[in-house]
Amino acid sequence: MNTEPSNIDSHSINVFEELCLSRARPVMTAELRSFDGGDLTVVEKDLAELTPCVDGINITDNPAAHAHASNTAMAIAVKTLGGNPIMQIVCRDKNRLAIQADLVGASMFGVENFCALTGDDVTAGDEKEARRVFDLDGPQLVSVMTGISQGNYLSGRKLKKEPHMFIGAVENPTAPPLAYRVDRALKKVDAGAKFIQLQICYQPEMLENFIRGCVLNGVADRAALLPTVVFTKSARPLGFLDTSVPGISVPKAVIDRVANSQDQAEESYQLVKEQVIHALGLPGVAGIHFTDFRHDGSLQRMLRELGLGPLGHNRQPQEDKNAYSS
Amino acid sequence: MPKLLPLLEHVVKKPIWDCRMCGQCVLHSTGMTCPMTCPKTLRNGPCGGVRPDGNCEVVPEMPCVWVKAHDRSQHLPLIPTKWREEFNHLRPPVNNALQGDSSWINLFNGKDQQTPAGWDPGEQRHEH
Repeated sequence: MNTEPSNIDSHSINVFEELCLSRARPVMTAELRSFDGGDLTVVEKDLAELTPCVDGINITDNPAAHAHASNTAMAIAVKTLGGNPIMQIVCRDKNRLAIQADLVGASMFGVENFCALTGDDVTAGDEKEARRVFDLDGPQLVSVMTGISQGNYLSGRKLKKEPHMFIGAVENPTAPPLAYRVDRALKKVDAGAKFIQLQICYQPEMLENFIRGCVLNGVADRAALLPTVVFTKSARPLGFLDTSVPGISVPKAVIDRVANSQDQAEESYQLVKEQVIHALGLPGVAGIHFTDFRHDGSLQRMLRELGLGPLGHNRQPQEDKNAYSS
Repeated sequence: MPKLLPLLEHVVKKPIWDCRMCGQCVLHSTGMTCPMTCPKTLRNGPCGGVRPDGNCEVVPEMPCVWVKAHDRSQHLPLIPTKWREEFNHLRPPVNNALQGDSSWINLFNGKDQQTPAGWDPGEQRHEH
């Protein structure tokens, strides 16, 4: 009788981890929407669309400081339903004890990919009077994750068994102080991050500068850099991102381009397509992370058109660097 | 004396740095800018929510503490090179048991350097 824990088998097929390390083809990840009750059939429906076409599925942690079904519960659900979750953990809501408990608990269900974020402030949410925690900060959380993966809690107390973990973090190429962002990414890589998902960026030159800096300081080599793009249906959500989401600014020219087009949905799609082609053309970019506000098959259409992801034919990053600016 | 020192430290450091008496002062490595005045009390650099004008995500009219810290760590005169180099070091989680203590005493007796047994400072230990 085989008494080995099941996660030994499952981590051998962690495609997300393997691709981040091997760079055999561009890595594709997508964000799962948030859930507010009901049963898991709606999650199953989303997974049926996502799992075949991306390598990892990000599970958010009370995004924009709004309470939803928890990151831990949803990461376990996705794992149980056959997806490959990337469990995001923010520092805003829980202290070091609760975060470590979530990490160890999720890993016992075979969740392997974890992504550390500082987290939007409570003032970005709908319960602004909540207490903000930030007992750990982002880089410290990466280090705590590394400790758990080596078999000990922050206190030094041993775990029964080292969980297999693939650890990552985030960075924002457009937030001041711009000159420092690559050093901050390096700090997280030094603490154990093997992939870095980047904040949505509508300024191609800022993304280029950040990636170039990460190539120079070794971050791009040591961690898979995954710029984020977001599917919207019209100019309005772009305006919302610009005014309401901390750390994202959308140039007026970009919003106007979509607003003044004949078909806003199609123009929004083409904008994202240009961003994807531009990002994958930058040496040092390992893949793309998708956020989807549309849920109308745009993600699948794009992966098909560009030949990306598990179903795609495009085994190498794109060459066309100038598509975005042209 | 142990009760007098925290009071004295508070009187000196509150008006100059808006000191929050965390008891484990890192001002020297953060461009003489107190990270505990960051609304998220971040010890390892700015969050991703800094506004394009360099102001705080939480308090829009306030310059980001870490934007100031980064600038000062590079440009303030008289800061030793060693302190400037420590800017990007990974600082450990705050020891909340030291809140209200005099960081001067904790510096002297080494308490501010003690980290949990499981804390791994990452690769900088190997580099310096």
